Amino acid sequence: MSDVSQVGDGSTRSVCTFMVGGLCLGIEVSTMREVLRAQTLTRVPRAPREVRGLMNLRGQIVTAVDLAARLRLPRGERPAAAMNVIVQTQDGPVSLLVDEIGDVVEVGAPEAEPPPANLMPEVRELISQVYKLRDGLLLLLNVEKTVMAEG
Amino acid sequence: MSTSDEMEEVIVEFLAESKEGLDRVDDDLLALEKDPGNAARLASIFRAVHSIKGTAGFLAYEKLQAFAHVGESLLSLLRDGERAFDREIAEALFAAVDALREMLAQIEAKREESSKDYSQVMDRLAALTVASDGAPAETESPGAPPAMSPSRPGLTPSAAAPSLSAAPPAPGPAPRPAAAAPPPAPPLAAASPSTASPSAAPPPGPPLAAPAPAPAEPPDTALELEAARATDAGPRAGTPGGGESVRVDVSLLDRLMNLVGELVLARNQVLQVGSMQQDQAFLATSQRLNLITSELQESVMRTRMQPIGNVLHKFPRLVRDLAGACRKRVRVEMEGEKTELDRTLLEAIRDPLTHIVRNSVDHGIESPEARQAAGKNPEGRLAIRAFHEGGQVTVEVADDGGGINGQRVKDKAVARGLVTPEQAERMTDSELVSLIFLPGFSTAESVSNISGRGVGMDVVRTNVEKVGGTVDVQSVLGKGLTIRIRLPLTLAIIPALVVGNGDERYAIPQISLMEIVRLERDQVKRAIEMVHSTPVYRLRGNLLPLLFLRDALADEGGGGPPAHAATDTGALNIVVLSSEERVFGLVVDRVMDTSEIVVKPLGKHFKAVSLFAGATIMGDGSVSLILDAAGLANHLQGFARVRETAVAAANTAGGLPASGGMSLLVCDVGQGRRLGIPLASVDRLEEFNRDRVERLGDQAVVQYRGDILRVMSLGEMVGMGAGFGGGGDEMDEAAARKTTIQVVACRGKSRRIGLQVQRILDVVEGVGPPAAGTARSGTLGSVVVGGRLIEVVDLSEWTDFGGATAGLEVTP
Repeated sequence: MSDVSQVGDGSTRSVCTFMVGGLCLGIEVSTMREVLRAQTLTRVPRAPREVRGLMNLRGQIVTAVDLAARLRLPRGERPAAAMNVIVQTQDGPVSLLVDEIGDVVEVGAPEAEPPPANLMPEVRELISQVYKLRDGLLLLLNVEKTVMAEG
Repeated sequence: MSTSDEMEEVIVEFLAESKEGLDRVDDDLLALEKDPGNAARLASIFRAVHSIKGTAGFLAYEKLQAFAHVGESLLSLLRDGERAFDREIAEALFAAVDALREMLAQIEAKREESSKDYSQVMDRLAALTVASDGAPAETESPGAPPAMSPSRPGLTPSAAAPSLSAAPPAPGPAPRPAAAAPPPAPPLAAASPSTASPSAAPPPGPPLAAPAPAPAEPPDTALELEAARATDAGPRAGTPGGGESVRVDVSLLDRLMNLVGELVLARNQVLQVGSMQQDQAFLATSQRLNLITSELQESVMRTRMQPIGNVLHKFPRLVRDLAGACRKRVRVEMEGEKTELDRTLLEAIRDPLTHIVRNSVDHGIESPEARQAAGKNPEGRLAIRAFHEGGQVTVEVADDGGGINGQRVKDKAVARGLVTPEQAERMTDSELVSLIFLPGFSTAESVSNISGRGVGMDVVRTNVEKVGGTVDVQSVLGKGLTIRIRLPLTLAIIPALVVGNGDERYAIPQISLMEIVRLERDQVKRAIEMVHSTPVYRLRGNLLPLLFLRDALADEGGGGPPAHAATDTGALNIVVLSSEERVFGLVVDRVMDTSEIVVKPLGKHFKAVSLFAGATIMGDGSVSLILDAAGLANHLQGFARVRETAVAAANTAGGLPASGGMSLLVCDVGQGRRLGIPLASVDRLEEFNRDRVERLGDQAVVQYRGDILRVMSLGEMVGMGAGFGGGGDEMDEAAARKTTIQVVACRGKSRRIGLQVQRILDVVEGVGPPAAGTARSGTLGSVVVGGRLIEVVDLSEWTDFGGATAGLEVTP
């Protein structure tokens, strides 16, 4: 479902974009559930590094994944209060913490390219496509891989 | 469109009913084996098979229909007394039930009949049908349209037949006289050889009229009646007068349960808000909400409860088949089948229980000859008992077989490298038996070697623990084995204790909670002692290893000093928890509240984090983690560390570490003498009531953990005989006035011994070897610690058989 490279064939797709550590990232609109402001998070001791904690999404307990940490971005001056992008995965909703919400854009196959070969392999596998947009590059995330815990 | 939906509904209904019917047939057949003349049971089987046949015909499952038909033919012979129920027939019918189940499963999976060939089973049934004395009852040819046999008036107390068979055409060719109403067999047999009569009304002959209570109506109306009843005949056909019930999709119940869970949380929030309000009307409303929610919760919970009989009912059949295959005789006794528990739990224990039962029959219960030789009843007994106990459900599987041979388990475990020979030597019998739960203990070859127990027992334990249950084993060699599974009543909503760690709150399921101990500031220093590097607290004489929640929750790497370095700051809350028989104390910052929590599983991100059993949403809407007692216990080194040290030490000669110094438990034995017991041999510190000390010949002993522990005065052992007299229970005056004695339980190579001391003073670590030439009788020599002389006790003489008798010479 989220494996984008399979869909392709010329048609366009809607991508919701957001910023993390200066990168423009996107996920397919169909995988997105909602966007929330910063929420109170409960820390989980001994959890993997990129897990920020648990939040209460209307009675459902949702894991919040620090996308910057997941993408191995340097710990720069990121806004403390991040936005939650709630994505739907096979194992229920997961929140991706991002700096700022962007837009919904239509992208097509002609602009698509596979992620560059010199990208760190751990990061490369999280990105399914790179779209060359007029005002920059848009990295389309593979949602299922992104929300997976690191071994 | 909608017709296909309706059809689907009919099929689903048919499958569910047929499965239930077949389960009952199993029961009935087992009962018939014991009591071949039981006409009611026979009638019940007949009904079930007939109803499958009828509906299968309606749904055009031809193979199924034909098969059921053959079975029915045989059954009708039995019912009419033309053939007697015997072992051969029982086997054939059991095989037929299995075949029917398989066919139904196939239909359930694919919505079409399998291509598998069942003609063998069919032929077997047909052969039995024909083989009856000369008068083949093949009045109907297999594959014919469903025979009507309007023999089951809908009035029989247990009519469940959803008689879709009422739809097909006119009265069948060979209806049989009514027999469904349970008349005793003999008169019927006499009265009913007439198979040709189209009239199904019971012959008015006196032998029948009296015993058959039911058929008051002529059969024609009975048919209609049956059809009319088909809609409301509940699933509980086995229970006469079984009340009104509806079939509800399980997923709907699950959803209801989730919603109620949410409601409970919302209620908690409302109550919390309410506690800050003055508005009387609001308070009254929230109280009402509280009450209704609790009742609703309870009711919904009950909808998920199912009698454990649903799982147990298949065991008699399983045992029968297994016993037959192993040429054993086993009697199954069941008790408490009506005990109810949550259906998720029921599902969770289905496989473990099957496993245990199978093990018992296969390996536990001996062959009839062996049993007779051992003076037992040649027929083995397998008792399955389920009952409520203290908010939990206990399921007990007990057999009177051979039990577990500890020695064999030991050999096997050592051979598999699961424990070292030294560890194994130190284990008590019950510890040995529990080795069967170790993963990797079970292999195919252990089936023959260790009476087969332990095959997959680790899986049993894992499955049971997954749903918050526990398993324990009691084995008496030669007498039998009892395996006890304890389960929580439900999983969804549990009472919990909320504790605080810094700003964070954690929930602890009350099921693992035993008690809470609070130590005030001035008690802390005295009460917390150290065994080696583990803090312990003496809880009523037993050492309780302590785990500081703050340590356990510190993020990995956590370089800082362990929290227990700072125990002397203020009071201490010890939450005493138990998990798998391990008891330990969890030290928390604050004990806050008890609360009902809804357990929600943690996502896969936390697979590697074993400390938590899940998460929950608290009254204020925030998320709290639920602590897992088993996970915490694993975190705790506790006695394991003492034990490890002991094993390591035992590997070096005579219990004296080769280098690097040793640790001593320093005790006062009176007369100002201090003795050090090598910590490596210390097992536990105990406090016994004086009156528990008994005499065995010239020895003082106490009954201790299912064993007999010899208690000796430590002073006497090192030659302080003069001041002590002969017996271990004669101490000097001050000590004699006390009602309890302090005992250090030690283990050597071959046995345990209790050393009676006056006072336990301290543990000192990193002590160098005893000074040369200081060894006296019973000691390894002396060391100087903190300016005082401490004599190191040599235990080898007392605890090691065949070891050096006078202790080790310390080379100068």
